[in-house]
Amino acid sequence: MKNWHAFTRWLIALGVLHGIVLCAGFFAPYGPSEQDRKSPYLPPMRVHFVDGQGHFHLRPFVYSFRLRDGSFDQYEEDAAKPDPLRFFVSGWRYRLFGLLPSGLHLFGAETTRVYLLGSDGYGRDQFSRLLFGGQVSLLAGFLGTGFALVAGLSIGAVAGYYGGWRDDVLMRVAELFLALPWLYLLFALRAFLPLAVGPLQAFFLIIAVIGAVGWARPARLVRAVVLSAKERDFVRAARGFGATDIYLLRRHVLPETSSVLLTQAAILIPQYVMAEMTLSFLGLGVPEPVPSWGNLLSNLQQYSVLVSYWWMYLPALAIVPFFLGYLGLASSLQERGEAYKIERRGLGRLT
Amino acid sequence: MRISRAKFQSFWMLLSLLLLFVVFLGHPAIASSQQRDTKEELLALPGELGRSGGRLVVALRGEPKTLNPLIAADSRSREVIAVMQADLVHINRATQLTEPALAKSWKISPDGLQYTLVLRQGIKFSDGQPLGADDVIFTFQVYLDENVHAPQRDLLIVGGKPITVRKVDGQTVVFQLAKTYGVGERLFDGLAILPKHLLEKPYQEGKLAQIGTLETAAKQWAGLGPFRMKEYVAGQRLILERNPYYWKADTQGNRLPYLDELVFLFVPNADAQVLKFESGESDVISQLGAENFSVLSRQQKGYVMTDAGPGLEYNFLFFNLNAPGEKASSEMRRKQEWFREVKFRQAVSNAVDREAIVRLAYQGRGTAIWGLVAPGNRRWGNEKLAHPARSLDRARALLREAGFSWSNGPDGESTLQDAQGKPVEFSILTSSSNADRAKMAALIQDDLKQLGMRVQVVPLEFRSLLDRVTQSKEYDACVMGIASFDADPNSDINVWLSSGGTHLWNPSQAYPATPWEAEIDRLIEEQMSARTFEQRKKLYDRAQEILSEKQPMIFLASPDILAGAKNSVGNFHPAVLEPYVLWNVEQLYRKSATENGTR
Repeated sequence: MKNWHAFTRWLIALGVLHGIVLCAGFFAPYGPSEQDRKSPYLPPMRVHFVDGQGHFHLRPFVYSFRLRDGSFDQYEEDAAKPDPLRFFVSGWRYRLFGLLPSGLHLFGAETTRVYLLGSDGYGRDQFSRLLFGGQVSLLAGFLGTGFALVAGLSIGAVAGYYGGWRDDVLMRVAELFLALPWLYLLFALRAFLPLAVGPLQAFFLIIAVIGAVGWARPARLVRAVVLSAKERDFVRAARGFGATDIYLLRRHVLPETSSVLLTQAAILIPQYVMAEMTLSFLGLGVPEPVPSWGNLLSNLQQYSVLVSYWWMYLPALAIVPFFLGYLGLASSLQERGEAYKIERRGLGRLT
Repeated sequence: MRISRAKFQSFWMLLSLLLLFVVFLGHPAIASSQQRDTKEELLALPGELGRSGGRLVVALRGEPKTLNPLIAADSRSREVIAVMQADLVHINRATQLTEPALAKSWKISPDGLQYTLVLRQGIKFSDGQPLGADDVIFTFQVYLDENVHAPQRDLLIVGGKPITVRKVDGQTVVFQLAKTYGVGERLFDGLAILPKHLLEKPYQEGKLAQIGTLETAAKQWAGLGPFRMKEYVAGQRLILERNPYYWKADTQGNRLPYLDELVFLFVPNADAQVLKFESGESDVISQLGAENFSVLSRQQKGYVMTDAGPGLEYNFLFFNLNAPGEKASSEMRRKQEWFREVKFRQAVSNAVDREAIVRLAYQGRGTAIWGLVAPGNRRWGNEKLAHPARSLDRARALLREAGFSWSNGPDGESTLQDAQGKPVEFSILTSSSNADRAKMAALIQDDLKQLGMRVQVVPLEFRSLLDRVTQSKEYDACVMGIASFDADPNSDINVWLSSGGTHLWNPSQAYPATPWEAEIDRLIEEQMSARTFEQRKKLYDRAQEILSEKQPMIFLASPDILAGAKNSVGNFHPAVLEPYVLWNVEQLYRKSATENGTR
């Protein structure tokens, strides 16, 4: 009973987090590639309630920033210019869920641009980029996981259920894939592709590579479950009554794997989000100016950014609640389905 | 076996003792020969007096490939070779004018075809052997030998014919040119004089390219530069020591260089260079990016950072204007039709926000440019060149004139399309190792989006980028930069001439592809033989005007030369010409500890 509560709690937390990312257009005040060339590397703005005279304001406000004389990236707050935040403002046009055209945003300010998490070297709002970047990275995680699980399920089921030479061949291939240095594979793959890869192509390339390399581990797990399930008494009985292979698999064997698959999904999603981030960090992912969590962090490859602008690290922190949510979900799932041992070694292999 | 080895060793010991003995015997003879040519004509350098001794550490971005100037092609090798070799006439990096070096004087005949150079007397190579006219004759013989494949050879072909060299007497040589040469005595800068006594044998055996590696240079090579080889540790460092025979002195007559040792550390990249400097492991730093410069400036831990002003590097965007090959796809042909349209290129130039490039890519430490002659080049820029401000309206008008139109998408975004109704989409290559240029490309991408062009930025490793641009020619557009090595615009001759290898938008043409390229070729050829600065300047001004009208290269910005040195380094005066900091390495010195404390 207790476990059930933990499970729903994690699920709700994840739901909220994903909801925010899904509705990035609404929560983000600006477009992710909108440049404000006047304010590169602006530090995060503080949201104030109390002004310089000590008066409390119900409506929060920010101070606009002013560039220090002769400087490129040193700003100071201009206390003379408080700018109250407005809520449910209309602004930059976007499509909610990729479908509904809208211009409504949760917040904005009247005269200045609000930078909750600062701006990057082009004056783009890090907060907006973080939200939109989440769409790319999480979607890559979901699709990659879906791809890997579907492939893993079918291959594992065939290997486990039919056994014999099919099992041998499929499992040897799986081991081969587990041993592949996939980062180099991707480098090699990229070299064969046309020079200019659009954001969409690059995105699907990443998913294809993640899925193609990732199917082996779930396939082995599914095979193990199928191997034991097909020897159960009720399966044998059904077979004795003349059930076909397809029927047996669909009705009796594969449902046994659902718990393993769910747990695998909860483990694989963050792992593949991380994979996407790694690839984008190295410049193999979605190209600029489309944000993803990986290429938000790739700025940090420069020493000067590393030591000068601390808010460029924030995207790395933002992924923590997501990963925590998934790991919590995975462990509560594991406790729920006590019957199955879950191979958790995969977690340690984040790259 | 063991016994025989011991015998062997004792034999060698004996031999070396014998040798030592011979050396001691020989010593008075050497001394007397030194007395014979006492009138060693040292060059007295003006400038702040320094203190002798100490070492200077420089972090180098990677290991030099060779110390042999005949095969050195990479910038690191050239940087090291520059402090080990010397030339006949030298360009002063601060004044950008020529100065006597190994040649104490020179004379140009009235017809401009004969250069008579008189060598300094009594000066010696770093191994103590004297320099004479024969070395100079030998040097140019080697440079001009086609079998040697020296990169210097191209510079010595004037009017289609190699320069000929003739010895007049032991100290005098005459260079005969086939045609008058506008560059004049600047020609000799950077041409290291080679030691005939060491290189004649390998030259005759055809082995010149194999010698002078980092491992063997100490024994096989001698130079006339301020430093000579001492020690090389593969993958770590190269230690040079003071050349005791160096031919320059300060105003007090103290022989230069001041430093005892010059150490080059090998580090993998620019960030590592900054870290070495910041931690005090290296003493000077140059070729700094603006971001790293401001990081170091903010910390100011016992060093001084200097902005030497705009340099000779120019960054530009160019489109693929090569004649389409037989294999070219129809898509490529269509794109090239846009690129070939002058108004299209002018529109792009009008849409580019150069001011933002200077501010965001160079943190304001740079200058927007509209022409090939970089602002660091004080004498040659064309002041009359138009500097049109950014104007999207003008860009749109130009595109409309050229037959382009706009179609509106569902979300109100407009897409530029050509006369056939095809959307204008192309990609821009940048070098993945250059963050500044990647930034420029990203800014241009956003600028052109406002014209409805869809642009992809493709970062590529520099080597494969160069391959695409000059060999396979499979690209749409590219952002690149060139740093001229001299303030004379002739150093960029291969960019100007349609037959040049770095005429990037359409390199190495057999015949000029367009009338305006033919016109530029004619102007450049003409200024080559023009004799006065004014004549040459006029011709160059015209060539610059044509270039800025036709926009084969869309010039963007030129970064400042940024450098830094520890407070204890004296005579630190970075120049805008390469080598930015080490150009006066013979005068650099370490201030004493007490002096350091007071500053």
